[in-house]
Amino acid sequence: MTDSALLCGSVTSLRQQLRDRVISSEEITRACLERIEACNGALNAVITVCAEQAIDSARKADKAIARGDVASLTGIPLLHKDIFCTNGVRTTCGSRMLEQFVPAYDATVVTKMQAEGAVMLGKCNMDEFAMGSSNETSFFGAVKNPWDLNCVPGGSSGGSAAALAAGMAPLVTGTDTGGSIRQPASLCGVTGLKPTYGRVSRLGIIAFASSLDQAGPMARTAEDCAIALTAMSGIDAGDSTSADLPVPDFQAGLNHDVQGLRIGLPREYFNDDLDPVVRERVMVALSVLEQAGATLVDIELPHSHYAIATYYVIAPAEASANLARYDGVRFGYRCDEPKDLEDLYLRSRSEGFGEEVQRRILVGTYALSAGFYDAYFNKAQQVRRVITEDFTRAFDHVDMIAGPSAPGVAFQFGAKQQDPVAMYMEDIYTLAVNLAGLPGLSTPAGLINSMPVGLQLIGKPFDEQTILNAAHRLQTDTDWHMGTPQFTTVTS
Amino acid sequence: MSWETVMGLEVHLQLATQSKIFSGSATTFGAAPNEQADAVDLGMPGMLPVLNEEAVRYAVKFGLGIGARIGERSVFDRKNYFYPDLPKGYQVSQFFAPIVCEGVFEVPLKDGTLFPIRITRAHLEEDAGKSVHDAFSRETGIDLNRAGTPLLEIVTEPDFRSAEQAVAYLKALHSLVTYLGISDGNMAEGSMRCDINISLREKGTDALGIRTEIKNVNSFRFVERAIHSEYERQADILESGGSITQETRLYDAEQNVTRSMRSKEVANDYRYFPEPDLLPIVIDAEYIEAVRATLPELPGAKRARFIADYRLNDYDAALLVPNHALADYFESVVTAGGAAKPAANWILGDLTAALNRNETDITDSPISAAQLAGLIVRIEDGTLSSKLAKQVFDGLWSGKGDADQIIEARGLKQVSDSGALESMVDAVIAENPDQVAQYLAADEAKKKKLSGFFVGQIMKASKGQANPQMVNDLLLKKLNDQS
Repeated sequence: MTDSALLCGSVTSLRQQLRDRVISSEEITRACLERIEACNGALNAVITVCAEQAIDSARKADKAIARGDVASLTGIPLLHKDIFCTNGVRTTCGSRMLEQFVPAYDATVVTKMQAEGAVMLGKCNMDEFAMGSSNETSFFGAVKNPWDLNCVPGGSSGGSAAALAAGMAPLVTGTDTGGSIRQPASLCGVTGLKPTYGRVSRLGIIAFASSLDQAGPMARTAEDCAIALTAMSGIDAGDSTSADLPVPDFQAGLNHDVQGLRIGLPREYFNDDLDPVVRERVMVALSVLEQAGATLVDIELPHSHYAIATYYVIAPAEASANLARYDGVRFGYRCDEPKDLEDLYLRSRSEGFGEEVQRRILVGTYALSAGFYDAYFNKAQQVRRVITEDFTRAFDHVDMIAGPSAPGVAFQFGAKQQDPVAMYMEDIYTLAVNLAGLPGLSTPAGLINSMPVGLQLIGKPFDEQTILNAAHRLQTDTDWHMGTPQFTTVTS
Repeated sequence: MSWETVMGLEVHLQLATQSKIFSGSATTFGAAPNEQADAVDLGMPGMLPVLNEEAVRYAVKFGLGIGARIGERSVFDRKNYFYPDLPKGYQVSQFFAPIVCEGVFEVPLKDGTLFPIRITRAHLEEDAGKSVHDAFSRETGIDLNRAGTPLLEIVTEPDFRSAEQAVAYLKALHSLVTYLGISDGNMAEGSMRCDINISLREKGTDALGIRTEIKNVNSFRFVERAIHSEYERQADILESGGSITQETRLYDAEQNVTRSMRSKEVANDYRYFPEPDLLPIVIDAEYIEAVRATLPELPGAKRARFIADYRLNDYDAALLVPNHALADYFESVVTAGGAAKPAANWILGDLTAALNRNETDITDSPISAAQLAGLIVRIEDGTLSSKLAKQVFDGLWSGKGDADQIIEARGLKQVSDSGALESMVDAVIAENPDQVAQYLAADEAKKKKLSGFFVGQIMKASKGQANPQMVNDLLLKKLNDQS
C-alpha cells in the first residue's frame, strides 16, 4: 500500500480495508499526520494538529476493530473546521479573538463523529468567524489552494477543503452559512454537502448567523458524504432548532437510479451573467445525468436576485448579536491595560476582530437600529419568505434543482479582497439555499484551465438522499471527483 | 396648584423554577459566586439556549390568574446592549409578541373595595448577573449566578393615582404569585423588583405629563416613600415653572431621595430582533385548560368565600387571605372544630403577635391548627374563661401539650358546678353583711356597680376558675333573695 493510495482513498474504501485488517487506523492516521506535517507549511490549511491524541484514538480504534466492535467511522481520520468546539483542544474560529480559547466541551457533531469511531487529527483554518469566501480573512493567514498555490481555496471552510484535496485527511467537516461548504468544495475539487437547516445540531458550533448556519461533511465522494451525514445528523435536545426527524442510513439509501428524476434548471442561474465556460462544464455534467434517465426542466426562481441583499442584511444582523459576547470580559482576547469599561470594549473588539468581521458587525448593527429595522431587517425577513416560496413552488414540478456552485474557478489572492461586494458575489448561487434552509451539494464537474469547477445540486427540505443519489450516479459514470491536484504528486 | 400623580408599574418577578430559563443551572439564592453558572449562562461560544418549559407554564398560570389573554404564539427576541454582567451582550426577552397579553387585575384596597388595574402585558425573559463592586480593591467582580434566572416582567397601564394604590397592587400581586406558587415574591432578595413610571398633571386635566422611571425599588415601604419623594421633586420643579426631564432615576433609601442615573441609559437602542436560537412558543386551548385545571383557589375567590361561608368581616378576610399559609391555617382551625370568628381573632391577635415576637412564620407555628381549635372549643363550651384561655395559649406556645392536657395539668378548669358555686356565693354574702346592706339600699344603677365587688371576691376565692357568667347569675339571685 503506497502512501498516495492511502492519501487518496475514500472513506468507503479505507473502511473496508480497516475491516479486512489489511491496514490499521494507526497507519492511516500516521500517514495523514505526516502529510499534514509535509504540506501544511505550504498550504496553511490546518491551525492545530493533535498528533498524540490522534495516534491514541487510532490505537483504540484498532483494538475495537480487532474486537469486532465497529461503528460507521471507526478508525477513519478526520479534520474538523476550527469552528467546532473541541473539549481541551484550542478552538479559534480563525480569529485573534479566540487565539487562546480552549473549550471545556465538544460540539455535538464532534461528539457524534467520535462516537462513530472517527479519529480527530486536528482543526482546519477558516475565514474569521466563517465570514469570507476566500479564506483570506483568517487571523492565522490565508489558506492556499492545492491546485494552484497562488489561488484561494474558497471559504469559509477553505482550510477543510484544501486539506481534503491535498490528502491530509479522507474526511473533513465544514459549516455553511451562505455557501461556505459548497463554494470551497467547488474551488478545491471535492464533494461537499450542506444539509437541510435543522438536520445537524448547531450546539457547540461557534455561531455566525444562527438561522442560516449548518454543519456538513466534505469528502472525496458522495458516498463518503452520505456516511458522514448519517453519523453527524439527528435531533439534539441542546439545539431547539434541530429537527425531530428520523435519520436515514444515507449510504444504504444510495442507488444508481436517476431514471425519471426531474432536475430543475433555474433560468436565473443560467442567464447571461453565467460564465460560458462554467455553464458548459455544468451542462456537460448534467447531460451525464440526462443520459442516465434524468429529465432537465427549465424552472424559475424569480426572486433569486434579491438573495445577496437579503442575506447581507440577515446574516450580519444575527452576527452582530452573536459576536457581542466577545467583549474581553469573560474569555477571549482582552486588550492590554484598559482605561475603563468602554476602553475595554472598544479596544478588545477593535484589536481582536479583523476587518471583515468588523464590517459585518457594523452592517448588522445598522440594519437593526431604531428607524432602520423595518426598512432592512424586517424587509429582508419578508423577502426571505418570498425566496423560500420560490423554491417551494419549483419543487412542485421538479425533484431537485441544479446549477453552478460558484461563478468561476479559484481566483488569485487579493483579486477580490479590496471589493467586498465582488467577494460577496462568490456566493450568488449558494446563498438562497441557506435562506430557504434547503440541502445543497457541490460535486466536481471537471476542470477549467486545470482548476476544478463544481456542480451544485439542491434538494427539497430533508431530502438529502435525492441529491446524494444524483451525485453518486454522476460519480459512478465520471471520474471528475477522483482528480487530484498536481500538488499532491509534487510533494509526496 | 393641585397635582395628580399618574403611575404605571413594571414588576420583574423571578419565577421559582428549579433551573434557569435557558440552562440546567440551579436557581437557588445565596450560592457562592458563579457556582450556579454553566457554559450557557457564561455565554460561551457555541452554547445554545433550551427553553425551560416550567417557566412557560408559570407564565401561563400567571396569565390565567389575572384573567389575561394568553398569546397563542409568543416569540423570544434579543435585546442588545453591552454590560459586564450580561454575558452574551444581549438579553433574551419577548418584545414583539409576549406570552401574556392584556388583562385586568382586581386589587383590594384597605376599605374592602376592589380597584381594577389594567395589565398591559407580561413577558418572559432572562435575568442578568450582578456586578460586585466591594469584593476587590480596584476591580469589579462579576457573579453570574443570577444570569438566566427566569423573569416575568409584568407591565401595567398608567392606572395608579396614589402610593397607597401602588402598594396595594404590589401586595395583591405578591399574594397572587405566592398562591400560584410561581414565585416566592421576596422583594428583599430581589425576587420581585419594581420600576415606577411616574408623572404629574394638573388635577382635572387628561394629558399625561413627562414621566420619570424609578428603577429597582425593593420593598413595599420604599415604593411608598420613593413615590412621595419623587412627587415632591416633580411638583417643586413644575411649580417653579420648570419641566421634567424624561429619565431613569434610582431611589436612595438612606437619603429618601431619587437620583438621576447617567443619561446614557436612556439613549440605549436595544435593536430587538427575533431570537433565532429558539422556536416560537405555541400555546393551544388544550394546554391552557390543562394549566387552568391546576390553579388553586385564588385570593379574590377565597376572600369572597371566607366572608360568605364563615361570616368573617372584610377586615378579617383581608388580613387572613393574602398569606396563603395563614389562610390555610385558619381553615384548618375551623375544620378541626374551632368557631370561625374566634379562630380569626386568635390567629390575627395573639398568634400573630407571638409569631412576630419570635420572628416565626405561620408554617413553623409551635401551635398547630388542631391545638388552637382545641383551645377555642374549650372557650366556647365554657370550660375556659378568656383569662384562663390566655394561660392555656401560653402553655400551647411553649409546647406543654394540647389544651385539655394543659387544663388538666394546671387545674385551670373553670368551675361551672352550680352546687360548688352556690356555696362560694353564700360564703361571700355571709362574710360581707355591710356590703349586702349597701347593695340592698342602692338604686338599680348603683346595684350593678356594687355587684362587681361580690363577683371579684368570688373569683378571688375560686382562684379565677369560677365561671363568671354563672357566678353573676347566682349572685344576683341570692342578693335579691336577701331583701
